Amino acid sequence: MNTMLFALRLGLLRGWAEFRQTLTILSELGSYLLNSVIFVAVLLFMDGNEMENTALFGTGITQATLAMPGVLATMLVFGGIVSMAQLLSTDREDGTLLRAKALPRGTQGYLVGKVVSVSLITLLSMLVILVPAVLLIDGFQFTVQGSLTLLWVTALGLLATLPAGAILGSLFTNPRAIVGVLVLLLMGLMMVSGIFFPISMLPEWLHWVAQVFPIYWLGLGMRSGLLPDTAVVEEIGESWRTLETVGVLGAWALVGLLLAPIVLRRMARRESGSSLEERRHKAMQRIG
Amino acid sequence: MAAAPHHVTASPAPGSADQPVIEVHDLRMRYGSTDVLKGVTFRAERGEVLALLGPNGAGKTTTIEILEGFRMRSAGQVNVLGSDPAHGDERWRARLGVVLQSWRDHGKWRVAELLEHFGRYYRPYSTAEISRPRGTAELLDIVGLAEHANKQVRTLSGGQRRRLDVAIGIVGRPELLFLDEPTAGFDPEARRDFHDLVHRLADLEDTTVLLTTHDLDEAEKLADRILILAGGRIVADGSADQLSRQVSRKTEIRWTRGGQRFVHSADDGTAFVRELFAQYGEEIGDLEVRRATLEDVYMAMVHRHESGVAGDDEPGFGGENR
Repeated sequence: MNTMLFALRLGLLRGWAEFRQTLTILSELGSYLLNSVIFVAVLLFMDGNEMENTALFGTGITQATLAMPGVLATMLVFGGIVSMAQLLSTDREDGTLLRAKALPRGTQGYLVGKVVSVSLITLLSMLVILVPAVLLIDGFQFTVQGSLTLLWVTALGLLATLPAGAILGSLFTNPRAIVGVLVLLLMGLMMVSGIFFPISMLPEWLHWVAQVFPIYWLGLGMRSGLLPDTAVVEEIGESWRTLETVGVLGAWALVGLLLAPIVLRRMARRESGSSLEERRHKAMQRIG
Repeated sequence: MAAAPHHVTASPAPGSADQPVIEVHDLRMRYGSTDVLKGVTFRAERGEVLALLGPNGAGKTTTIEILEGFRMRSAGQVNVLGSDPAHGDERWRARLGVVLQSWRDHGKWRVAELLEHFGRYYRPYSTAEISRPRGTAELLDIVGLAEHANKQVRTLSGGQRRRLDVAIGIVGRPELLFLDEPTAGFDPEARRDFHDLVHRLADLEDTTVLLTTHDLDEAEKLADRILILAGGRIVADGSADQLSRQVSRKTEIRWTRGGQRFVHSADDGTAFVRELFAQYGEEIGDLEVRRATLEDVYMAMVHRHESGVAGDDEPGFGGENR
């Protein structure tokens, strides 16, 4: 039997089990979906605000319509990078990873499981925004092509962010510090990535900063799938730039998938009972 | 008790016909400029239970982690189940059991669900001789967690969690089981259950067990052979009885006669007592004959080593037993 495939299957089972556990534990589910609920509230609050002083004024596209795809992109990046990094680092601290390492093909099973459960919970957090937003907010356009765009952007987005999240989670040992730093960074990026207002309103040098990171491209891709083509006028170059989107997200995915196994292997190799014991002591001191 | 190492007539396991299960020669470990292990040498035969004793910081955990393949050594030869742990593959890993000290991992899993899941990893490594994994119901029964099967792991008490740790360690029906301070935090009843379990594994399934403990009484009860690690070396290697003879050939005899207490140390305790009775007969009361206990041995060996009497280049007592 191919034991590698076997471990993959176990990883799928593990990921599904973890996802189910998250769903059945109310506090856990709440902490994951709280952001989504807040974003829905913000969007509803913004609904009806016309895009004054932009080329979109009078097109039927409101601030809420324009922001919703970007909010989906933000949730994806939060899930793929922040949650992934946080969970990996927590699992390292509390011995989950060491336990997996003691099993044959356990580390692989663990990682597949983590990718599956984080992807599922991220998709859920996006659906919690998408469904009410579409029902309550006007101005979206639904086509088969648009839905397909949404799907491939999401899939490519997960590929681009999960490895990056895993790498960050293996490099830093303190899960609490990781979350703090990453959330701050992402908030900053959100401001410059054209999520809540068109990027055209920002100075050009900030465009270059934004275009390095996946969040801008994910937002652009989501808008191209959900908004009518008339909305393209406030984008850079007045184009959805599909090829560039694939290129940049693809590059993040490629680099991430090349680096992640190296970084993860190095991290997993260092796990042992005594390193766990050390972290337990440190964590206890923080709490006590 | 398991068969003594020299009388093992084990049916050959795959890839380990008559080889020892563990063979360590001149193992060295250095962290920065500190030598933690300065040449550890020992071996374990199939079905043997070994207890590794030693003061804190002596390198017990380091030794075990090297054997588990979780830590790279600085120098020396190590062979575990026919492989070098530094290059052990997944098939090798499947033959080992590791009992980890858990903290709060897998808190959301239910006990039976977790054992079932971990068991699946071993299924491809089942052989004609050893069927893997062990069934969940059997496991729960062995460690006494049957009534908690559907509880979430985080709701278990400390002692129950340790039982779960043990269950996870043996889910793959390991040929070699590592236990690092397995009974820390156990109440006396749990401790006795655990001792029964170790005997059962060693006797019925021929599992080789290497455990570390601070409880000398436990080591004496469980282990066929005791290793004392001090100053980065194995300073004693033998059964509790052999070790006590190494420390002192003398036996301590206490008795009372005519309302007076007497204490005497004799080379041959039996002969001394025989003579005592021949001389005084029924006048003797409150007789106690006592050879050095494992605690005496341990204190003597560790002290001897720490005060440097054994010298830095002497191999220690381990060699005398070979």
